[in-house]
Amino acid sequence: MLNKYPLWKSLMVLFIVAFGALYAIPNLYGESPAVQVSGLRGVEADAATLDNIKAQLSAGNIAFSNIALEKGQVLTRFTNTEQQIKARDLLDDTLGDKFSVALNLTPNTPSWLAGIGGTPMKLGLDLSGGVSFLIEVNMRAAIVKAQDAMVGDFRTDLRGEKIRYRSVKKVDEAINIQFRNAESMDAANSFLKKRYRDYLVTDNDDTLVLSITMTEQKIKQLRNYALEQNITIIRNRVNELGVAEPLVQRQGKKHIVIELPGVQDTATAKEILSATATIEFRLVDTEGDIGSAIDGRVPASSELYYERDGKPVLLKKRVMLTGDHIVDAGSSFDEFSRPQVNIDLDSAGGSKISNTTKSNIGKPMATVFIEYKATDRKDAEGNTIFEKKEEVISVATIQSRLGKSFRITGAGSQAEAHNLAILLRAGALVAPIQIVEERTVGPTLGAENVQLGFEAIMMGFGLVFIFMMIYYRAFGVVANLALGANLVLIIGIMSLFPGATLTLPGMAGIVLTVGMAVDANVLIFERIREEIRAGKTIQQAIHQGYEAAFSTIIDANITTLIAATILFAIGTGPIKGFAITLSIGILTSMFTAVVGTRMVVNAVWGGKRLDKLPI
Amino acid sequence: MQILQLKETLPFMNFRKGAMIFSLLLMLSAIVSLSTNKLSLGLDFTGGTLIEVGFDQAADLKKIRALMDGNGFSDAKVQFYGSSRDVVIRLGQREDVKAEMLGNEILSVLQTGTGQNVDMRRIEFVGASVGDELMEQGGLAMLTALICILIYVAFRFEWRFAVGSVIALFHDVLLTIGLFSLLGLEFDLTVLAAILAVIGYSLNDTIVVSDRIRENFRKIREGGPAEIINISLTQTLSRTFITSITTLLVLAALFFRGGELIHGFATALLFGVFVGTYSSIYVASAVALALGISKESLIPEVIEVEGADQEQLTP
Repeated sequence: MLNKYPLWKSLMVLFIVAFGALYAIPNLYGESPAVQVSGLRGVEADAATLDNIKAQLSAGNIAFSNIALEKGQVLTRFTNTEQQIKARDLLDDTLGDKFSVALNLTPNTPSWLAGIGGTPMKLGLDLSGGVSFLIEVNMRAAIVKAQDAMVGDFRTDLRGEKIRYRSVKKVDEAINIQFRNAESMDAANSFLKKRYRDYLVTDNDDTLVLSITMTEQKIKQLRNYALEQNITIIRNRVNELGVAEPLVQRQGKKHIVIELPGVQDTATAKEILSATATIEFRLVDTEGDIGSAIDGRVPASSELYYERDGKPVLLKKRVMLTGDHIVDAGSSFDEFSRPQVNIDLDSAGGSKISNTTKSNIGKPMATVFIEYKATDRKDAEGNTIFEKKEEVISVATIQSRLGKSFRITGAGSQAEAHNLAILLRAGALVAPIQIVEERTVGPTLGAENVQLGFEAIMMGFGLVFIFMMIYYRAFGVVANLALGANLVLIIGIMSLFPGATLTLPGMAGIVLTVGMAVDANVLIFERIREEIRAGKTIQQAIHQGYEAAFSTIIDANITTLIAATILFAIGTGPIKGFAITLSIGILTSMFTAVVGTRMVVNAVWGGKRLDKLPI
Repeated sequence: MQILQLKETLPFMNFRKGAMIFSLLLMLSAIVSLSTNKLSLGLDFTGGTLIEVGFDQAADLKKIRALMDGNGFSDAKVQFYGSSRDVVIRLGQREDVKAEMLGNEILSVLQTGTGQNVDMRRIEFVGASVGDELMEQGGLAMLTALICILIYVAFRFEWRFAVGSVIALFHDVLLTIGLFSLLGLEFDLTVLAAILAVIGYSLNDTIVVSDRIRENFRKIREGGPAEIINISLTQTLSRTFITSITTLLVLAALFFRGGELIHGFATALLFGVFVGTYSSIYVASAVALALGISKESLIPEVIEVEGADQEQLTP
């Protein structure tokens, strides 16, 4: 029999649409204002934090609707924004600097829906309001810095090998070493080739110059390292900004994207992002009395510092070494599989630390992390006041005379060693960064955009609905059903995929899909009409109409998909959002317009003798 | 209901010479406009700073301009944006060290200078290098899209169709950009997205037509290529018409309801739907015809080897 779907096929269509509808539902429940408390620098919020927050809120007489501990964060929901702000201010003051307190909007998704992974669509910054930055890492500076280090290293190495040279100079991309005679050049050539495998060494017998350049791979590695390092540091800083759902992401070869939803005070954000951090190594003053130092009687040659956990420690004023000599730091395991932190210094740093440690073997050395943090206060000219924050991040005993590379053991767990390595690297940014793009959308504009986009979708939808109903009568209703199912599917899929973000151009993409999705049905219906005019029976006409239009629909949609994919590849932010909704819309519209309408058409008109079709 | 009831085949291809000249003239004027008027590129491409602010009452542009002049922003362009309470201030590329802080500075100047409550709606800052890169990427994207489509259509149909459809796409893109140049509309990233959507739409149309031409070449025995193309265009005209109407309906919704930010996007697409529909008939099909599309080029040849259907005896 023509035009009958087997039951399983109809059920499958219904199931897919129901599935889409299920995941689209969370978008209907709105959001409520919340305050999110999360730990900083490895500290996690726990049950004690939860109890503390509860106590603080009830002491401050602030009512909340719900409080929960999720993934190391305490989320407190409120019924209105007034209470939310009050609670934020209160908690910010009382919880101290170990926690970040952020305003947030959390979806009111019922727990059964959240349990199966249901969440509302993520809104882009142009809809939610907030700021996005594009940061460029200065790769040129990273390479120049590496070259400077090379010059120093070569000098030390050649001197150590007792190979005589006239000069070591940086010339463009290369380091040139001038020798007095061919013997020493040959000796240096074979020595350097063996020692530095990722450099290219070329010799010139006439001028007695060895020219050393970095290999492509070394440069690539250097660039990657500079980018990764900056991302780590920026992520740390962003976490301290107290933003609910920040995004820090690599983009391309030298850019980093930062998205801070809900942030309006971009000036502070920018200052924090471009703030600098440094590291200092100092000797611990073991003779001074810590008790009297706390009372204010600090020895003249020392200063009082505090460790992370608040333990006081007396350090000598003299700085052994500053962080700008650190070339690299990483964590690994020692021979007893205890975590350790490996530190590499440049040659100047190596000789400095070697000189200062040789007379201090057996004494403890402290690493101080210094950061300039923006505060809420402003000076008379309206500039944000920066607070110098100093913290001892490690105290270790000097076991032997240290050199260019050394290690810190006993740093605690592997996670702590890793953290320490990151902080050490933060003190020595290999490449400076610059903000090259900023987009800030205020909350009013964001809300307006949502409203406008929603209205445009509804209006476009309504117009197409009416038109199709008038033009194709009952079949128009079927096409409209498909259109509705299509919208539900788009929203469901957008909500389900964590990477999909709805933006204003994305909403335009949905509107456009609505207009173009009916095209598949127009193709089919026109074909059916043609077949009827050509004298085919009703059932044959339906069958032929769908069959003949199918390949056209596939071809037409695949080519549009090509354009959307390219748009996705090059676009950023809002444009990517447009490409995503367009792509999803194309795929779902093919399903609803071809398979979905066929199911309805088959069920209503299929498999019986008909003289006329309401088309 | 039926809007177009065509009993007879419309002689589309009879007018193809005239249409070709018309298209060439349009393309030429687009090029002339692009070289004289240039394209008014948006912030995304030029770099610079843009601040959109909202006032409680109608804003006084003169006062704001004076404020800008007085505070060292003499190159600021101040305009209304959508309504008389929304104002957009644009600044060009600057050599200042802290170019990214300009937006915040201007905001505080406005706040103190006007004495009104100023609502920060939007600040955008784009560095010069980003704009250049985007330009390059945008052009590259357009080119990649055209090449990918060329390959796909050549693979699915025939090279004459592929060349025809890519020329049609080029025609549409050029005319749309030309329109933006002629009217002095701002060309930003959303407009670029719209142009890629125009490519998608126009191609959709072209494929539907080409598909029918291929089908008819195989089905209809009599008539030359021009006649068969005319038949195919007539058969698909009703569909072309209806789809254009529905798309125009939703675009009208976007144009009138979507707000200022979407305006350029909607404009590009509205225009693109018109030229896209036209070009699939008079550029894509006409070019394929001019390149000598025929029955033979579309029906795969079956090579018969003598004795291929004989049973084989093997020792």
